[in-house]
Amino acid sequence: MALDETYLQYPQRRYGMDHDRYEWSMLTDRPKITWPNGKNLALWVNVSVQHFPLNPEGKPVKLPGNMTMPYPDLRHFTLRDYGNRVGIYRFFDAFDRYGIRPTIALNAEIATRYPQLLAAINSRGDEVMGHSWNMDTPHAGGLSLEAETALVQRSLDTLRSHTKQAIRGWLSPGKLETAATPELLKQNGIDYFCDWVNDDMPYAFHTRHGDLLSMPLSTELEDRFVIMDNQHSEESWCVQVCDACDFLSAEAQTQGGRILALSLHPWVLGQPHRIKHLEAALAHVTARADLWCASAGEISAAFNAQSPKPM
Amino acid sequence: MKNDPGYYDYFPYKNRPKITWPDGKRLAFWVAPNIEFYELNPPKNPARAAWPHPYPAVPGYSIRDYGNRVGHMRQMQLLDKYGIRGSISLSTALCDHHPEIISLCAERDWEFFTHGIYNTRYTYGMSEDQERSMILESMDAIERAVGKRPAGYLAPALSHSETTIDLFAELGGMYTCDLFHDDQPTPVRVRNGKRFVSVPYSLELNDTIVYVVNKIPPRRYGQMIMDAFDRLYAEGAQSGTVMCLPTHNYQVSCPHRIKAYEEALEYITGHADVWVTTGREIAQHYLANHYDAVAAHILTEAKHGA
Repeated sequence: MALDETYLQYPQRRYGMDHDRYEWSMLTDRPKITWPNGKNLALWVNVSVQHFPLNPEGKPVKLPGNMTMPYPDLRHFTLRDYGNRVGIYRFFDAFDRYGIRPTIALNAEIATRYPQLLAAINSRGDEVMGHSWNMDTPHAGGLSLEAETALVQRSLDTLRSHTKQAIRGWLSPGKLETAATPELLKQNGIDYFCDWVNDDMPYAFHTRHGDLLSMPLSTELEDRFVIMDNQHSEESWCVQVCDACDFLSAEAQTQGGRILALSLHPWVLGQPHRIKHLEAALAHVTARADLWCASAGEISAAFNAQSPKPM
Repeated sequence: MKNDPGYYDYFPYKNRPKITWPDGKRLAFWVAPNIEFYELNPPKNPARAAWPHPYPAVPGYSIRDYGNRVGHMRQMQLLDKYGIRGSISLSTALCDHHPEIISLCAERDWEFFTHGIYNTRYTYGMSEDQERSMILESMDAIERAVGKRPAGYLAPALSHSETTIDLFAELGGMYTCDLFHDDQPTPVRVRNGKRFVSVPYSLELNDTIVYVVNKIPPRRYGQMIMDAFDRLYAEGAQSGTVMCLPTHNYQVSCPHRIKAYEEALEYITGHADVWVTTGREIAQHYLANHYDAVAAHILTEAKHGA
C-alpha cells in the first residue's frame, strides 16, 4: 500500500497563496479605510431574491435551498415562492422603518417571471446585482465555458434591460464558481463580486481581463446558513448579528472602517415567526451613531476611492 | 485491521496516583490554535475528498483562508490580553506561505507542534515510509522556521494510520493530541517502548466540531467551555486535570463568535488555581513527575485484575 508519489510533493508550497487570484495580505497590515462622514461601520444588507424551479436538474451540483423531495416537491417550491410573494414585502417595510437601503441580488428569471415584484424593486430604487438566472443554474466545475458564457450574458442582459441599472455587482448562487467565472464576470461589465468569504474588507481579485473587487459577504452570519443549516433559533441569529455589529464597530475604532454584511433571504426571515428577529437586529444595528448604511456599489466605490490601485 | 488501537490500558478515573501541577495549581489550561493551510487544488486521496464541491471549491477554501487573513490577529490579541501562550497545531507549509504568522507567534514564545504539511493531505493510503517521511518533513520545517524541534503531533485533518503515533514517537516526539480518552495525561504504549504521553486535547470543545459538526450557537459554546472548566477545576482539587481549547481562526475569530470566546477566556483565567500553560509543558511536567508512578500503577492494577 502506498500513494502515488505526487501525493507527497508540494509544487505550490511557496510564499503567499497557492494560486494567483489575489495577494496574501493580513487585514491588520492594510491602510485604514474611512467611510463617508467619518463613520466607522458600513452596513450592507444583501437580499437574495431567488427562484427555485420545481424541476431542478441539480447539475453539476445542487444549490442550497433546493428541492429535496421526489417530484413534484410542492413543499419546498412553495416555501421558497412564499418569500417572493409575502416575505419580501415584510422586508421592505422593515427596511423603510429602519432607514435601510438594501442591495438586491436578483435571479434574472425573477425579472421576467414576476413583473410586479420587479416594479416594486425598480420603484424603490435599490441597487440590483447579478445573481445568475435562477437557483438551478450553478456556476460550478463541470459547467462548460460556452454554457456559462451564455448564462452570464443572458442573466446580465435581462437584469440591465429590466432595471435600467448598469449592474456592476455579482453574487454567484451558493457562492460557487467555475475556474472561468471571474473572467466571465469581468468581461461582462461586472466590477465587484461577493463569492469569496476570506476577508472582512474588499480586496483586489485578479482576472485575465483586469481586477475585480472582492466584496466580503459573510456566509457564516447569513440567515439561511444560521437558521436552516445550523438550526439555530431566529433569536440566536439576532444575538449573533448584534455581537458581530458590536465587535466590528469596536475594531473599527482602532483599525479603520469595517463592514457589517448581512445576507438575507425573504423565504427564511420573511416568515411571520421570524420577521421580528430581523427587526430587532436592524433596530440594534441602526441605533449606532457610527453607522453608514450603504449599498454594495457605494461601499465598493468608497473603498476604491481610497485604494492605492483604483479599479 | 485491529479491534483496538492498543495504545493504552484501561485505567479508571478513580483512585489514580495523584497528579500535582506546579505551584499547587488544580487545572492545566492550554489553548491550541490550529493554524492551517488548505490547498485550493490538492491531489486526490483514495479515502477522503478534500472538498465537497468540484474545483474550485470556493466556499470551503475561502472561509479557511479567512482564518489566516483576518482571524489570526484577532485570536492572538485575545490570547495576549489574557496572558495565554498558544500551542499551535501547525500545517507546516504555512512556514512558507505565511511566515509573518510564524514570526508573530515565535516572538510570543508560543509552542509549535506539527499538524502535518497541509490539512488537505491525508494519511490514508500512505505506506509506512511515506507517512514517516511526511511527519519528518513537517518536524524539520518547524525546526527550520523557529529553531526548536516540535514535541507534539496532531495528525493532519485527524487522518491516521495504525502506526501514526508509533512513527511520531520513533522520530523523537514527546506527546500526541490524537487520543481523546481522558481528562488527564496518560502514558501511551508505542512500538519502540519509549516514554510517550497523551495530552488531552478535548475534541468535544474543538470549535470546528462544535460549530461545524454539532452546529452549536456561539453563546452556548461559551457556556459549554465555562461548564467544562467548572467541573474540571472542581475535580482538580483532588488530582490535577487538563483542559484544552482547540480553536481555528476561521471559527472563533468571526465577528459573531469572538465575544463568546472572550468571555470564556476571561472566566477561566480569572480563577487563581489555573496553570496557564502549553502542551509541551504539560507533557514535560508529566514525564518528569508522574509518568513512572502512573505506569507502575497501571501495571500493578493489571496484574491484580488478572
